[in-house]
Amino acid sequence: MMSYEEIRSAAGSYGLIYFILMFIGVLIYALWPGNRKKFDDAARIPLEED
Amino acid sequence: MKRFRHEIIEKNSILLLIGTLIVASIGGIVEIVPLFYLESTIEKVEGVRPYSPLELAGRNIYIREGCYGCHSQMVRTLRDEVERWGHYSLAAESIYDHPFQWGSKRTGPDLARVGGRYSDDWHVAHMKNPRSLVPESIMPGYPFLAQTPLKYDDIAAHLAANRTVGVPYTDDMIAKAVSDVRTQTNPESDDGDAFMARYPKAQQRDFDANPKMVSELDALIAYMQMLGTLVDFSGYKADSPENRR
Amino acid sequence: MPAISNALWSLFMVGGTALGATLAINAADPGYLVHGVLLGAFCVLGLVFMYARRGADVATDASPYNDSVVRAAVIACTFWGITGFLVGLVIALQLAFPALNLDLPWTSFGRLRPLHTSAVIFAFGGNALIACSFFIVQRTCRVRLAGRWAPWFVFWGYQLFIVLAATGYVLGVTQSKEYAEPEWYVDLWLTIVWVVYLLVFLVTVMRRREPHIYVANWFFLAFIITVAMLHVVNNLAVPVSFFGAKSYVVFAGVQDAMIQWWYAHNAVGFFLTAGFLGIMYYFVPKRAERPIYSYRLSVVHFWSLIFLYIWAGPHHLHYTALPDWAQTLGMTFSIMLWMPSWGGMINGLMTLSGAWDKLRTDPVMRMLVVSVAFYGMSTFEGPVMSIKAVNALSHYTDWTIGHVHSGALGWVAFVSFGALYMLVPSLWKRERLYSLRMVEWHFWIATIGILLYITAMWVSGIMQGLMWRAYDNLGFLEYSFVETVEAMHPYYMIRALGGALFLTGALIMVYNLWRTARGDVRIAEPEVPPNIAPVMA
Repeated sequence: MMSYEEIRSAAGSYGLIYFILMFIGVLIYALWPGNRKKFDDAARIPLEED
Repeated sequence: MKRFRHEIIEKNSILLLIGTLIVASIGGIVEIVPLFYLESTIEKVEGVRPYSPLELAGRNIYIREGCYGCHSQMVRTLRDEVERWGHYSLAAESIYDHPFQWGSKRTGPDLARVGGRYSDDWHVAHMKNPRSLVPESIMPGYPFLAQTPLKYDDIAAHLAANRTVGVPYTDDMIAKAVSDVRTQTNPESDDGDAFMARYPKAQQRDFDANPKMVSELDALIAYMQMLGTLVDFSGYKADSPENRR
Repeated sequence: MPAISNALWSLFMVGGTALGATLAINAADPGYLVHGVLLGAFCVLGLVFMYARRGADVATDASPYNDSVVRAAVIACTFWGITGFLVGLVIALQLAFPALNLDLPWTSFGRLRPLHTSAVIFAFGGNALIACSFFIVQRTCRVRLAGRWAPWFVFWGYQLFIVLAATGYVLGVTQSKEYAEPEWYVDLWLTIVWVVYLLVFLVTVMRRREPHIYVANWFFLAFIITVAMLHVVNNLAVPVSFFGAKSYVVFAGVQDAMIQWWYAHNAVGFFLTAGFLGIMYYFVPKRAERPIYSYRLSVVHFWSLIFLYIWAGPHHLHYTALPDWAQTLGMTFSIMLWMPSWGGMINGLMTLSGAWDKLRTDPVMRMLVVSVAFYGMSTFEGPVMSIKAVNALSHYTDWTIGHVHSGALGWVAFVSFGALYMLVPSLWKRERLYSLRMVEWHFWIATIGILLYITAMWVSGIMQGLMWRAYDNLGFLEYSFVETVEAMHPYYMIRALGGALFLTGALIMVYNLWRTARGDVRIAEPEVPPNIAPVMA
């Protein structure tokens, strides 16, 4: 079994990098210019029905 | 062509669902799983033992009445708490608590170390009417506990269920569970020594001073009088490497 | 297909009747007996219900959506809301005047407190979520709700869960895990209901006639699936007997504490936040008649919120026997959580940019916007309280209670009220609400009630925390515990007053909604601003 120290150092290095990369991925997806129209369409959904 | 498009969309909602589940489970896994594997989670101390059948029954009454809504059982590692309530609570002290009773609110006092702090008579009068002893108290009265016989014919099944979830009750303890309830409330009992060997430091007496029956109050007081009394802190070294967390 | 569905659901109800009867006959304790009878009665009534509605609930051109189940959930939501607020007022008064506990088992604070918390969170909040999620998913996917009987089963099955939980607490059936008090068999029942809920929602999304899955539905999906995960793990237990209510939780001590607060904090994060954000992301743009301020922000908001929330549980266990590394993680992520929370708040508030005048003219809009503002306030207060040094003072005190209620009353209840004010005219096909002036009264009375409540709890909480740690000049603790209890009495009375005002406001709402559903319109009201009347038409 891993010791506390091993888990700790892994969390502080690889863990941190991994989470930062994930967050950057979300940002890229959200800000990608090609997605703009898709998001604009989606945002109008509640206003169109009934 | 239309069919194909539809399939992708279907997959997207499933993908969204799976992605959500993965993202939302990471934190829990990282915080919970190591607690079961890191040896340093539980301190090494002597004295913690499973509840006696009477104490367990009392604990179930504590749970039934929702005492945890107003009483914590967790002395934090803060100076004023230690001075007010006693040695801060150790993880080792609740290893047999299914579920834990640390609480989240102190409308009433902390009970982690209430054992032995008041007499049985005090508890009997206090449970009947808290304001007879503490005029400012806002605790509900529980006069019905002294009048209700404790239901313990099925207590062996309770011990067995606890064993299933990891409490080390022996076959002997389970076999003697019902009689141990009577033994603990009857100081004259013949089985007293064997009972004390099964549950070291257990207190054996008629807690509610009513020899006619084993009441729910007997069980509740037996539980409260043992809270925080099992660990001998004179030998506990908080700074030793094995207890650092 | 309909024949198979009828047969399967009938079979389920017949089986449930038999099971309920078996459990009741063999019950080892009174609570279990009552619950066996309730399950049996539920299934019998279910068969009657299916027969009575055999021709109903068909899609027509005029109404392509399944709105009868939404109407039912709206009624249940208001009913349980009043019940939950009332029990809250009762227990607030018990803390001020302990004689009100009556010294009876069924009326003591310890048993009524979970009744209050479950009634407001799961009964009021849960029905608001069922109503809004079913309403919104149909309209944003432009498709009828999936399933013939399944949505009804979700609704009625959920009501049975509430009744089982509530009667259980009063009879002393509890496993003592906060906000997860129901015993093992009630947990199993909720699991069945919840899986059906997930399927209804998911299949509806899959059948959508709209290329995009609107962001509100992301939040609803995250709420449903994550609550399922939390519920199943936290409630793992071994029953003493198949025919008895009592069980023992699988986990113990420190692990159990961590799992419990992982559950409970994310009941806040996913039930009371993600679910209600779904409501916000639909009804705020709808009422403002403009799209959400930034859809991109909502994407980032979604993923960062669901990622960060799940870590925050250990802040309920600062300075306890939980290992320090877990406490530190909990604190760190709780502070980071401030950012997505405020991202969501900004997104909601800024949706009004260019239409701020609606705040003045439209009390329903104001209710929605103030709810988002309260969301921002409590999600700022939360990270502050998760800092260990602050938590050392605030934990175990009324400050926590005040914090919870600024979120529960200010955010969850207000956004639900706003949604109800929009749902009822739409669902009952009315031109507009019976009275907008009554919405004004509701808004102001409830807002004053909330402010009284949370300021009283701030003062009493911080005061008690300071008294606990006060030393006299000889170096002894200055106050006995009971002196701190005595000092809180005036604040407990103010809190009860605040609760009474909040309840009064809700009663005004119920009257207003009832008259609206009947089709009445209050005359002698000022002209409705033109931008409000046709909103839901």
